Amino acid sequence: MIHNKETIPQRPAPKGTIGPVAWLRGNLFNGPINSVFTLLGLYVLYLLVVPTVQWAFIDANWVGDSREDCTRAGACWVFVNARFSQFMYGLYPSEEYWRANIVFAMFAAIIAWMVIPRLPFKRWMALFALLIFPVIAYVLLHGGYFDLPRVSTHRWGGLMLTLLLASVGMIGALPIGIVLALGRRSNMPIVKTFCVIFIEFWRGVPLITILFMASVMLPLFLPSEISVDRLVRALIGLTLFQSAYMAEVIRGGLQAIPKGQDEAAAALGMTYWKRMGLIVMPQALKMMIPGIVNTFISLFKDTTLVMIIGLFDLLGIVQAALSDSRWLGFSIEGYVFAAFVFWIFCFSMSRYSQYLERKLNTGHKH
Amino acid sequence: MSVRPNIRPAGHKPPFWRDRAKRALIFQIILVAVVAAFLIYIIGNTQANLNARGITTGFSFLGNTAGFGIGQTLIEYSSQSTYGRTFVIGLLNTLLVGGLGVIAASIIGFIVGIARLSPNWLIAKLANAYIETFRNIPLLLQIFFWYFAVLRTLPSARESMAFGEAIFLNVRGLYLPQPLFESGFGLIPATFVVAIIASIALVIWNKRRHEATGKRIPVFWISLVIIFGLPLLVLVATGVPVTWEMPVLRGFNFGGGITIIPEFLALWLALSIYTASFIAEIVRSGIQAIPHGQTEAAQALSLPRKLVLRLVVIPQALRVIIPPLTSQYLNLIKNSSLATAIGYPDLVSVFAGTTLNQTGQAIEVIAMTMAVYLIISLLVSMFMNWFNARVALVER
Repeated sequence: MIHNKETIPQRPAPKGTIGPVAWLRGNLFNGPINSVFTLLGLYVLYLLVVPTVQWAFIDANWVGDSREDCTRAGACWVFVNARFSQFMYGLYPSEEYWRANIVFAMFAAIIAWMVIPRLPFKRWMALFALLIFPVIAYVLLHGGYFDLPRVSTHRWGGLMLTLLLASVGMIGALPIGIVLALGRRSNMPIVKTFCVIFIEFWRGVPLITILFMASVMLPLFLPSEISVDRLVRALIGLTLFQSAYMAEVIRGGLQAIPKGQDEAAAALGMTYWKRMGLIVMPQALKMMIPGIVNTFISLFKDTTLVMIIGLFDLLGIVQAALSDSRWLGFSIEGYVFAAFVFWIFCFSMSRYSQYLERKLNTGHKH
Repeated sequence: MSVRPNIRPAGHKPPFWRDRAKRALIFQIILVAVVAAFLIYIIGNTQANLNARGITTGFSFLGNTAGFGIGQTLIEYSSQSTYGRTFVIGLLNTLLVGGLGVIAASIIGFIVGIARLSPNWLIAKLANAYIETFRNIPLLLQIFFWYFAVLRTLPSARESMAFGEAIFLNVRGLYLPQPLFESGFGLIPATFVVAIIASIALVIWNKRRHEATGKRIPVFWISLVIIFGLPLLVLVATGVPVTWEMPVLRGFNFGGGITIIPEFLALWLALSIYTASFIAEIVRSGIQAIPHGQTEAAQALSLPRKLVLRLVVIPQALRVIIPPLTSQYLNLIKNSSLATAIGYPDLVSVFAGTTLNQTGQAIEVIAMTMAVYLIISLLVSMFMNWFNARVALVER
């Protein structure tokens, strides 16, 4: 019997299937129509990228402190530079920036802790973020305790306010959303009807009418001696709006759990809340996380609407800075900066949600 | 769980808090009571507040004279018109920008979504860049960009950008020639309608013939020729009974022609571009949701490629695409309310803005505005339920 112990040496791949030329031929120039499209795409890219780079980097003005320093043809980033602290903190008094900075740093640390998979004690961290961190943030930002001077909410603004609105809206919406979703799936007819009406009402109207309602009608609803802070009014509107969307995401997650899970738990004699809390929710939550992140992204973008009712979030403060008579005519720079900040946040969140979707896809879906 | 016969003697009833039905009943009664108490509290406060401010409730203000002008009116309106009229004007403007936005967003979204799946690497990456850029920037920011950074910085009327001698673009808007129809033009829309009916009849006949004999004719191209060729033929035969009224510079501004205000352009552009990025993702995932086996099976049956797409892939993809697509359309219409930030006279801007400020009838005005959006959402979701029931897979 002939026995070949030597492995046959690997032969090189056929010519024309590897290397940059083959890649070009396979992906860009396979056929006349595709070649035309490629050339067209290259031309579009040329039209877009070259002037943009020229404007934003090569011809841009980077240093200086007044508009006279913007002598070159490109973008005047001096404007953004001069206004940077306002864009970040709004009209917050500059000697108190350290307080906002601590909150920013804690916020970033919590996010990093939750996102990096290797770090332990995620559950405790989440509890800390949901229960203790808001109190610390409030005490630090608002002041009035521990000899910290008070900073009233109408001075809050910029990116700080945007992050605050989004986080509070999110944290407030989650429990309300869970209750609404459970209510919508309940067997009790009145509870179910109530939840359906509530969810469909908030989902059916634009956020801006809700903000109008919160700013115009909320004072009418309350006794005249109670006056609610404008920021709180916006937060109430945002939270209720967000909770309706959250409820639908959670309901979707709950529906994805096979009924047998709930029935098996019931057969073991578990009560409703035990079944939900120990069996259904932990499984459903896993499926809901991408959806929750997506609604959070849209909430984050929607916070820009508060400028219409007179709060200065990041977009609001940029818009206000544009009408400063010393800096007229730099609207493109202002908008590009704001767009860039929003884009960084939203893009990284959407990437994270895609990553989670891949990671959590343990083959339960059919 | 409530029955444990081995422990309880027969005839023993569990206490009422152990009985699920009774517990549910009590819980619901409490809920109703709480909600009712909340409503009574709110209504009482509101009445007290309204009395204190001297505002009378009711819808009689709709008959009062509005006294303000509106920049874009689709039907006749003057500052002597009533608040009821401003409501209708605002509603029509909302529907106009919503309708045109839906059309533009669908066209861009489908093109980008299909380009995203292109085998051409560069085209796919460009489409991806479009989606990731515009999806992640707040809509309000995009509206501001188009309005304040682009359209507001255009040259004045005297130095306006001209495209041919017919289209002009300047800081006051876009000026287009307006067709003026002479007598005898009515024949052309009539032919158009007849052509559409004829093509529908042709499609039905073709389908019946195909089912009976297996033969088919290229009905799509034939209908295209009929629908566009026939009215064109009539147009030429009647001697083109249309004249164009050109926009002309008179003094500081243009007269004649159609004027499209910059607020509309900015809102329309931003809404279409923003929503298109979501539609593109929906189209992509809808097409990708169809297992490749479907295409392969169809090819194994030696269906030509065109028919594989039309008869196998697209009908199944539409089932996945249409529900999120309609919710995007709904979002677009709701987002058109951002018009108020740049002063496009939509429903929220003229009615929940100016009218509310002038009359102070906050509750009535906000309720009417919300009702409009709720009715639109309700109609769309009714359509969705009907559609889902029609196309749902019948599982056994």
